[in-house]
Amino acid sequence: MAPQPPITEIDQLKDRPAVAALQAASLVESAKFDRDELTIFVNRADIRGACEILRENPATKYNFLADITCVDVFPSEPRFEVIYNLLSHSRKERLRLIAKVPGGDPSIESLMGLWPSANFFEREVFDLFGVRFVGHPNLRRIMMPEDWEGHPLRKDYPVEGYR
Amino acid sequence: MAHLNPTPVLEPAQDRTMILNMGPQHPSTHGVLRLLLEIDGETVVKCIPDIGYLHTGIEKTCEAKFYQQVVPLTDRIDYLCPMTNNLTYCLAVEKLLQLEIPPRAQYLRVLLNELTRINSHLVWLGTHALDIGAMTVFLYCFREREQLLKIFENVAGQRMMTSYFRIGGVSLDPPLDFWAKVKDFIDKFSDRIDEYEGLLTSNPIWIERTRGVAYLTAEDCISLGVTGPTARGSGIDWDLRRDMPYSGYEKFKFKVPVSKDGDVYTRYLLRVQELRESNKIARQALEGMPEGPFKADSPKVILPDREKMKTQMEALIYHFKIVTEGFAVAAGEVYQGVESPRGEMGYYVRSDGTAKPYRVHMRSACLANLQALEKLCIGRLLADVVAAIGSIDIVLGEIDR
Repeated sequence: MAPQPPITEIDQLKDRPAVAALQAASLVESAKFDRDELTIFVNRADIRGACEILRENPATKYNFLADITCVDVFPSEPRFEVIYNLLSHSRKERLRLIAKVPGGDPSIESLMGLWPSANFFEREVFDLFGVRFVGHPNLRRIMMPEDWEGHPLRKDYPVEGYR
Repeated sequence: MAHLNPTPVLEPAQDRTMILNMGPQHPSTHGVLRLLLEIDGETVVKCIPDIGYLHTGIEKTCEAKFYQQVVPLTDRIDYLCPMTNNLTYCLAVEKLLQLEIPPRAQYLRVLLNELTRINSHLVWLGTHALDIGAMTVFLYCFREREQLLKIFENVAGQRMMTSYFRIGGVSLDPPLDFWAKVKDFIDKFSDRIDEYEGLLTSNPIWIERTRGVAYLTAEDCISLGVTGPTARGSGIDWDLRRDMPYSGYEKFKFKVPVSKDGDVYTRYLLRVQELRESNKIARQALEGMPEGPFKADSPKVILPDREKMKTQMEALIYHFKIVTEGFAVAAGEVYQGVESPRGEMGYYVRSDGTAKPYRVHMRSACLANLQALEKLCIGRLLADVVAAIGSIDIVLGEIDR
């Protein structure tokens, strides 16, 4: 099986319902289709609106929030990529939404109002990366002790911890 | 850190309520789960789970390992279904590498995964029944579990932390007496399930403790991210093995038991039915086991056979290179979800083109399922909290990672 190069042209991905639905609201920053997985990049200010469209639009029907995680691309900027993994039960399809968050002001809107399941996922990302979720009613550490200093999954955090 | 909110100190809202601390060393919390309960008499008013006692930073550790070295770490996050975690991680990296897995390896993986599911459900059934007060079931379940652990030891050399799967296949072809052992287990297991059911299914005490307890609606399952048998017990007809098949599951015939009742008793019935279905899949995998290689043909990724290393220079060089430098994986990111015994287990792996993963994230089914605990417990009796925790089948190692 020869590796297929990723498709990054939005024009070639227009027939995908998720891309079409978000483009109608002009929320797509860029998109890529790589290894049978669709990824859409959105502005961090639009994340809640994009998720709402994807959930309510009858062509997309992403009814389930499977996961929220984050990647630290230190030292480049914007530093954090918050990754939302949506799943549509009726269409049997997954979608990855990525919102880039700058290191100077690591904050993004919470999805607690749309999916209460975001609660633990967002707390975990906050705990391990230090990304703040605005509107989360109970944003505090979940894995690390509450007096812990630093956010362990950041790339500039030493593996052995601060000495 | 000034911006951190402090841990809530639960104060009784009214004079009549009191705060009860359950765990983290409570025998029926299945690990180190701590619950802060506010109770009014015997009725639970508020329930706050407190986790993180088993956090070991596995995701951070993964970033410092070669791709193959991560496999033993994945065993440790969920010690009841190590093979499922091995499989999920291997599938994710194979997707990154776009490797094709030979049918024999796929069938072996399916067979061992279903045996692992049986193993995990047996531990769940035994401990869940023990929590609610049925002692005998535990002994019966662990009798069969012992047989399964011997099978795992036979094939992988380890009883619990198997690390049997490799990126690109499995580590070794199973030994010759493996097939007879598995067949013996599968043939007898159906009667064993009847034994467990004989002890519980129409037992009036069991029914009294479980029926109508810890009710969960389908809408709550979707909004709280609940997956697996817990969601299927509330009417969500979703099983990744059937709906988004991986590792050749589309070739197997099995039913996905679903019910709308949404209580502890239903979840018990569904898991017992799943035991029967898993046994069926294992039998199909055993009987249809194809001949052929058990690992993919990709010398730069997969360690060569020992025999080849003694005669062929290239094999020796590849072995040396893979062991000392690992193998580079083309840049990209994938998410692979599989149906673990507890729900959707997913691995998100990102590569930056080097021999070590840039980021490995585990989507834990238990972490999401635990969020439903508050819904299950509020308004119920304190004694039902134990039944509710048992019925969502959590493993704290997977939650905390």
